[in-house]
Amino acid sequence: MPTVALIGNPNTGKSSLFNALCGGQARVGNYPGVTVEHKTGRMQLGPPPLKIVELVDLPGTYSLSARSADEAVSVEVLSGEMPGLTRPDAVIVILDATNLERNLYLLSQVLELQLPTLVALNMWDRLGSEGIAIDPKMLSESLGVPVVCTSASKMIGIADLKLALSDLLSGAAKPLRSRESLACGAFPESFHRQVDELQRFLESQGCPLLRFQAERLLIDDPQAHSYRVIPRGLAAWVTQRVGQSRQELADQGVLIPLFETRARYAWIKQRVAGAIQRSPMDRKNSGSDQFDRWLTHRWFGLLFFILLMFLIFQSITWIASWPMDGINLACGWLADQVASMMAPGPLRSLLVDGVLGGIGSVLVFLPQIAILFFFIAVLEDCGYMSRAAFMMDKFMSVIGMSGKSFLPLMSSFACAIPGIMATRTIENRRDRMVTLLIAPLMSCSARWPVYVLMVSAFVPNRSYLSGWVGLQGAVLFGIMCVGALVSIPVAWLLKRFVFPGDPSTFIMELSSYKWPSLRVVIMRVWERVLSFIARAGSLIFITSVLVWAAAYFPGDHGPADKAQAELEAQESMNNPDTTKLESLREQVHRYNAQLISQSYLGRAGDWIEPIVRPLGWDGKIGIAVLASFPAREVIVATLGTIYSLGSDQDQHSQGLVDQLRAATGPDGKAVYSLATACSIMVFFALCAQCVSTLVTIRRETNSWRWPIFSFVYMTTLAYIGAWIAYSFMSRW
Amino acid sequence: MVTITLSELQAGQAGTIVSIEGNDSVAARLMEMGLIPGELVQMVGQAPLGDPVEYEVVGYRLSLRRVEARRVRVERA
Repeated sequence: MPTVALIGNPNTGKSSLFNALCGGQARVGNYPGVTVEHKTGRMQLGPPPLKIVELVDLPGTYSLSARSADEAVSVEVLSGEMPGLTRPDAVIVILDATNLERNLYLLSQVLELQLPTLVALNMWDRLGSEGIAIDPKMLSESLGVPVVCTSASKMIGIADLKLALSDLLSGAAKPLRSRESLACGAFPESFHRQVDELQRFLESQGCPLLRFQAERLLIDDPQAHSYRVIPRGLAAWVTQRVGQSRQELADQGVLIPLFETRARYAWIKQRVAGAIQRSPMDRKNSGSDQFDRWLTHRWFGLLFFILLMFLIFQSITWIASWPMDGINLACGWLADQVASMMAPGPLRSLLVDGVLGGIGSVLVFLPQIAILFFFIAVLEDCGYMSRAAFMMDKFMSVIGMSGKSFLPLMSSFACAIPGIMATRTIENRRDRMVTLLIAPLMSCSARWPVYVLMVSAFVPNRSYLSGWVGLQGAVLFGIMCVGALVSIPVAWLLKRFVFPGDPSTFIMELSSYKWPSLRVVIMRVWERVLSFIARAGSLIFITSVLVWAAAYFPGDHGPADKAQAELEAQESMNNPDTTKLESLREQVHRYNAQLISQSYLGRAGDWIEPIVRPLGWDGKIGIAVLASFPAREVIVATLGTIYSLGSDQDQHSQGLVDQLRAATGPDGKAVYSLATACSIMVFFALCAQCVSTLVTIRRETNSWRWPIFSFVYMTTLAYIGAWIAYSFMSRW
Repeated sequence: MVTITLSELQAGQAGTIVSIEGNDSVAARLMEMGLIPGELVQMVGQAPLGDPVEYEVVGYRLSLRRVEARRVRVERA
């Protein structure tokens, strides 16, 4: 099966074209060893006999200079060096017709890789409104490659593109493009001589390189990814040799890297001359600019931005609450069905508490993720996202980040999972990693139940300023800010010590505004939702079952199951005896509390007691915290179980609040105080007790190293924070 | 010839690029994005907090922080 690569600048409609060609049938993975997404799909070319082609979607890049991992992957795929992938038989370069010159920069490099090449001149339908006219025939002749006009989001020109690709694949092998016809023909002769020498030497050492790759070695920084192709034994020699060549070239007045960009833009100017006409239109009066003046306006722009963010996050919590309740109800109903069909026992407990509980805890995040990604896709597709980053950049640069980190961090206040997934829009790897690692510190909605329980039980219900400011509300707000405040020094430290390097830059294209395409938006949301269910789901599920097993075994569940069966029999009676019902309930809760303290989890609680003592906790709180490893809000249910009130406790139940207040230790003193409550809240504000988040970090970074790092650093922070909170509050 | 840095252009003002300082990856990226000597560049506006700045170059809009814009020397058009 022939392979075809698809490459283009960001914001050219590349993913729309990919979807248009492959009909949304994409397989997504990662390239080996790097955190670059590898997306492939299959497309049918022309009428029968059907010809199937594999399409490889390369990351959106402005250049093939191999300064970023994305660019390096593109070069490796196109030169056939990516392990497990054959060299593509052809490459489609997608160009934004409204921004032709800058887009041709990438094409000038791709042509030098000497693959059969086809140009898709996308956004063809928008040329008129931008006052640009392009003669595709003339452009095709002057570039020496077929050019097809497309508008991928409207499905225009897709059949033509497939036809042209079919011709290209079945055509006779073309002779190599001559150096004179390429942009590199304008590079200085002395540069070519140095490249010749380098290439000859590497070939004699059993490391044959394409001309383009050898050139990159000389042009790019020694830290650049182009050096990945050099065998380790040769690296030192190559670095030294390249340094010498660069020095010689500099002495001859060849400015690296300026001569390359200069030669390429000169080539571009010469090639497009005559093929493109711009009507002298005042861009200030174009619709996009009118919009932009308001949307990035000093006051109005900020106001609009804040309002928009507020609306998005309100709708995430409001709209999502309906399907979330629905999912909870459905899981509860299913659990009831299973429970009514089976007698109490380990299998039923596994199915109801482990499997259904586990799946439910994953699925319940889905509405939030889908809604957030819907908004992100709309904002990205209409061009506002780059403006949001533009407006927030100054604010974020204070902690060494860029504007692109703002939205992922903001989203994490709803839930860290979509926030972490949204970091994909950050191209700079260091910025992306820091954003992804601090995202779980933002106060997500799962912390809410813990805060509400603790605040309503232990913070006095007082109000100040004639009733305008309530103490409970103020404490809730304060605890919400703890994570965000702590993330500032954490981001600074991570930037400084874990991901050192040049300060981040903000060299970003601001694409013009357009109406979002519903097809594109839905496709993107669908892709994210599927990948979330498929991959995060399986691991969260396994962990939930493991935690269930730790809380269930060992222990004789016989008497508890018997009591439970009696209770259910009593409940299903038409006329239950209320006093008997109450005593049975009491009995079941007592058994459950006893069983959990005998279980592996409970024993771990005894073991953990000396460790959590400095935080003002007892072993029961320790168990509850351990058991809430899969998800923070689980602690409410676990505390409920431990305090013999049943595991279906919710935070508003006055029963649990009273139990917590009344709980006493062996010495007769109250277990909980305001200091303990604060210590628990600070712990939950900073800890990484969420398997879904850790699994998502694993998936996004393609390594277990980062979730483990997150867990260790956040747990350490949480412990220290809780200790400080307890010591401070107990003295106060 | 008096040159200024790109960061000194006011909204609506344009200039012709004379040189880019440095030969590191940031300089290379700036040049790849179309900021090469001889090109005309126009300052479009700045973000609400004063930084970054929006420019028009080779027919599209580019956003740069002031610290990056200071590396580009231009001659007022």
